[in-house]
Amino acid sequence: MSGLDTRLAAKPADYKSDVKPIWCPGCGDYHVLMSFTRAFAQLGLPPEQIAVVSGIGCSSRIPAYTNCYGFHGIHGRSLALAAGLKVTRPDLTVVVASGDGDGYSIGGNHFLHACRRNIDMTYVVMDNHIYGMTKGQPSPTTEPEYDTALAPGGTGVAPFHPLVVALASGANFIARCFSGEPNETADVLAEAIKHPGFSFVEILSPCITFRPDEKVWKDQVHAASVGATHDQGKAARRLMTDDGFNIGILYRGNRPPYQPAVGATDIDWSELERDFEL
Amino acid sequence: MSKASDNPKVASLNDLLAVAYQIEIDAVDRYNLLADQMETHNNPELVKVFRDLARAEGIHGEEIRRLAGDFDVVAHARQIAKFERRGSPEEADLSSAHYLMTPWHALQLSLDGEKRALAYFTSIVETAKDPKVKAMAGELVEEEAEHVNLVHRLLRRYPPPSESWADDMDPPVSQE
Amino acid sequence: MAASPSLSIAIIGSGGAGALTTGDLLLETACAAGWHGLYTRTLGPQIRGGEAAGLLRLAVHPVECLPDQFDILVGIDWLNAHRFGAEIKVGPQTLVISDPRGGEPPPMVTQSGARVVEVPMKEMAKAIPDGRPNMIALGIASRLLGFSAEQVSAPLEKRLADKGPAAIEASLAGIKAGFGAAAGIAYGTQLATPRANTARRWLLSGNEATALGAIRGGIRFAAAYPITPATEILEWLAPNLSKVGGTLLQAEDELAAINMIVGASYGGTPSLTATSGPGLSLMIEALGLATSAEIPIVVVDVMRGGPSTGIPTKSEQADLNIAVYGMHGDAPHLVLAPQSVGDCVFTSQWATHLAESLQAPAIILSDQFMGQSRAAIERPADVAFIGARTLAANIAGTYKRHAMAANGVSPMALPGTRGGQYTADGLTHTERGTPTSGAADHLAQLDKRRDKLDRFNFGDHWASVEGEGDIAVMTWGSLTGAAREAAAHAVADGIGVRVVAPRLLAPVQPERLAAALEGVKRILVVEQTHGRQFHKYLRAHYDLPAPVRAFNRPGPLPITAGEIHRAITEWR
Repeated sequence: MSGLDTRLAAKPADYKSDVKPIWCPGCGDYHVLMSFTRAFAQLGLPPEQIAVVSGIGCSSRIPAYTNCYGFHGIHGRSLALAAGLKVTRPDLTVVVASGDGDGYSIGGNHFLHACRRNIDMTYVVMDNHIYGMTKGQPSPTTEPEYDTALAPGGTGVAPFHPLVVALASGANFIARCFSGEPNETADVLAEAIKHPGFSFVEILSPCITFRPDEKVWKDQVHAASVGATHDQGKAARRLMTDDGFNIGILYRGNRPPYQPAVGATDIDWSELERDFEL
Repeated sequence: MSKASDNPKVASLNDLLAVAYQIEIDAVDRYNLLADQMETHNNPELVKVFRDLARAEGIHGEEIRRLAGDFDVVAHARQIAKFERRGSPEEADLSSAHYLMTPWHALQLSLDGEKRALAYFTSIVETAKDPKVKAMAGELVEEEAEHVNLVHRLLRRYPPPSESWADDMDPPVSQE
Repeated sequence: MAASPSLSIAIIGSGGAGALTTGDLLLETACAAGWHGLYTRTLGPQIRGGEAAGLLRLAVHPVECLPDQFDILVGIDWLNAHRFGAEIKVGPQTLVISDPRGGEPPPMVTQSGARVVEVPMKEMAKAIPDGRPNMIALGIASRLLGFSAEQVSAPLEKRLADKGPAAIEASLAGIKAGFGAAAGIAYGTQLATPRANTARRWLLSGNEATALGAIRGGIRFAAAYPITPATEILEWLAPNLSKVGGTLLQAEDELAAINMIVGASYGGTPSLTATSGPGLSLMIEALGLATSAEIPIVVVDVMRGGPSTGIPTKSEQADLNIAVYGMHGDAPHLVLAPQSVGDCVFTSQWATHLAESLQAPAIILSDQFMGQSRAAIERPADVAFIGARTLAANIAGTYKRHAMAANGVSPMALPGTRGGQYTADGLTHTERGTPTSGAADHLAQLDKRRDKLDRFNFGDHWASVEGEGDIAVMTWGSLTGAAREAAAHAVADGIGVRVVAPRLLAPVQPERLAAALEGVKRILVVEQTHGRQFHKYLRAHYDLPAPVRAFNRPGPLPITAGEIHRAITEWR
C-alpha cells in the first residue's frame, strides 16, 4: 500500500456500491464484503484508488459490490490481471478476490508465481471447500470423503494446504480468517494491505446452499495460539500441522516487494535506433 | 461469546450513550441489509419484517440521541464504539439468514440481538464505577427488557415454521 | 564482368562450422557498403552442432523475398545437407564451392548441373593457428561478391570484439586465405554498384522491427512468455521498454501473459505480448475478455508451421483462422499483417494506434520468415500514429463505461479517476457495465462493438494495391514480396498484374476491396496454407467480382516469385 491522501472519517458505507449481491442470504461472503469495506474505511483510502480484481465464482462477484474500481476477469486469472495492473500502476491499492476453485484449481499455477514474484498486493481467497457457482463440485480443499454428483462417494484425493503452498512459494504475509468474525477479518485485511509484498489471506466463508454442514465452522474456528512468526522454518512447521481452523496472522515475511521503476522519461529515440543503424 | 476486552471501554456517561447509540445504528444497518437481501431474493414478507425492525431500532437510536442532549453521540460513537468478535450486540447474525426464512426466524434473530444487548448493559451495571453510568445502564437494561418482551409478543403472532420451511422444489441455478 | 542488380548466396555447414555467422557477416558487410539485403537461416533440429544454412540475397534495391535459385552455394561441409534440398535450389548457373573433405555433396548439387569448384577450406583453416573454415568461406564469398577485405573486416571486428585480438587476428587471416583461394575462381557476375544512399538505413529483423514499431505506437508494458519464433520481440523489448519508462514482466505461461496485459491496459498502459500459434491458442479466452470489456491490447503472433507444436522453426500462414475466428461468441476485433521486415515497424505502430483508439484487441499476424529474417530497410518515417485512447475525466453523475456513442467508442475511466469507479467485466453488461442477461442490452453492446470497428475510417493503409492488369494476385503477409517480384517479371513479359495485399485482415473492408478489384478479370489467391484459409475467408466476406484460382501450399518452403509468376502466366 502506498501513501495516499486519506479522507477524514471514511465510513464503510463509502465503499459499498448500490448493486445488490446475488449471494444467497446466509452466505459468508456478505460478511467478507463487510470486512472489505471496514478495512478500507480503517485505512482511509479513497475508493477510486483501490482496485478489486477477481476471477469467476461466487466470491469473485465482490468487485461490483464495492465502490472501488473493479475487474471481474476470467476464471483463474485474477492474479495475472492484478500483476499487470499493479506493476504499471504502483499508485493503486490492489486487492484480489478469489475462491477455492478459481484460486487453487485453475488459478493454482498463477498462485505459485504470484507468491514468488511478491508484487505488493493482497490476495483474499474465500474458501468454502466447494465449487458453489457451478452447483457443488469438489474443490482442491474439499475433504476426500465428501460426496458430490461429480465424485460420488468422495474424490478420495487429499486436499492440499494452500497456506503451506503460499509459504513455500514466497508469500510475504499469510493469514487465515473466518467470515463470521467480520471485525477481526477487517483488522487482518487492513494489516495485510499495509504489509508490503504479496499478502495472502484465506477467509473461511461457509456456503449455505451447498455446504450447510459448514455451519459448525463457527464453533471449530479458534484464535491461533501463537502470534505470527517471521521465521519461515517455524511457519512451515506450524502450517503443516495446522488444523485448518487457526485464525489470525500466521506469518509475516520481510522480502522486499517486486516493483520495477515505471513512468515517463525523456525518450531519446536515437538510443533505441542505434542498434539498427547502418 | 464475547470477552470483556472485545467490547468498547465505557468510562463515562457520554461513552455509554455513544455506545448505546451505535448499537442501535448497527442494528438498523444490519436489518436493512437483510431487507435488501430478502428483496433481491423475492421474499416480500420478510422485506416488511426487516424494514419494520430497522425502523424500530432507528427510533431507539433517536431516543438515545435525545437523551444525550447537546452532546454529539454520533461523532463520539464513531471514535469509541468498536466491537470485536461477533460484532455489535444487536447486529443480527447474517449467517442465519435464508432466502426462504419466515418471520418467525427473523424475530428469533431479533430476540437474540435484544438479549445480547441486555446482557451487555447488565454487565456495565455490574462493573461501572461511575454512578451516573450505572444508573443510565440500568435504564438501558429496562429498555432492552421491554424490547425482549415486545419480540416475544410478536413471536406469538407467528407460528414456528414447519419442518419443510426450507424446501424448494427447484434446484439451485448456476449463473456462470 | 557482368553487373547484376541482385546476387544470392547460400552457406551450408554443420557441427559448429559457423555457417550462419558467415552469412550474417556477409549481410552486414554488404549493407554497410550500400547494398540492400535479406538474410534468413534454415536449421536442422539440433540445438547445437546441427546442419545449418544461411540464405542471403543482396541487391541494389530493397529485398523482400528469397530467390528462386541461388547464384552461389558454399558448402563448408555437406553433413545432412540433403535436408535443405527442397529449400536451396541450385541450377546450371550456380557456382558451388565444395570442400573435398566435407563429405559427399547432396543430390541437390550433383544433379543440378551446377559448376562445382573444390576448395580445401578445412585444411586451409588448420594451417592458421585457431583458424576456422567459416572464415575461409567468408573470404571466398566476399571476393566472389566483389567486396574488399577492408569491407569485411569491420563487421567482423565488431562481432568478435569481446573474443580478444587473437581471435580477430585468426579470423582476418582466414578471410585473407579465402580471398586468395577465390582469386583463382572465375566468376563472371558481380553486384551492380549501389546507388548513393541519402536515406538513413537500418539493418534489423522483423521481430526487432515489430518491437520498435510497438514502442513508437505507445506500448509501455509487455508480458513475456518465450516461444519460437517470437522470443526475440520480447528480448528486444526487455531493456528497451525500460529506456522509455515502461517495463516487461516475464509470465509463468501464456495464460498469465495475456491476462497481465489486459490488467495493465485496464490501468491505462498500452500493452503488448508476442507469441506463436500454440500460445495464441491459450490466449484466446482472454482476447475475448478484452473484446467484451473493450480493453485495448496488442498480441503479436509470429506464425510458424502448425497445427499443434508443428514446425517451430519454419513459416506458414495458417493462423489466419484462429486470429479472425478464434474467439467464442461474436467478438469482432482487429487483425493486421505486416508485409515485409520493414513493414513490421509501421504495422506494429498502426495496430497499437488502432487498438487504443478503438478500445479493442489487435492481433498482428507476422511470421517466422519475416520475424527471423534480417533485412536492410530505409529508416521508417516518423508517423503520427500514436495510441490515442478516449478517456473519461471530470465525471458527473453515474459513470457509464459502455455508453452508446456516435462512433461507438465510450470514454474509459482509468483507476484513480474520482467518480469513474466501475467493474470491468466479461459478463454481458449494460451501458453502465453491470452484468445483464437482457436481450436489448446484449444486442446494443454487440452492435456497439461491431459498429465502432465498421464505422472507423482505416484509410489507404488497409492494403497495398499496386499495378494494373487483367489479373489480380491477392496475398498477404510475407508472400507480398514474392507477389510483387512475380508481378514485375510478368509486366516485363507484357502481362499486367495488380497486386492486392490487405494489411488489415479484420474488420473486412468490402467497399475498399471492390474498388481495388475494379476491372480485374481473374483473381489468383496465393497463400502459405494447406486449407486455403485466406481464399475461404475472402469468399466468406467479400463478393469477388471475377473468377478465382487458389495457389496454396503449406510450409515449410516459402512460395517463390518464380512459382507465382508461372501461375500468372499459365492462367490466360
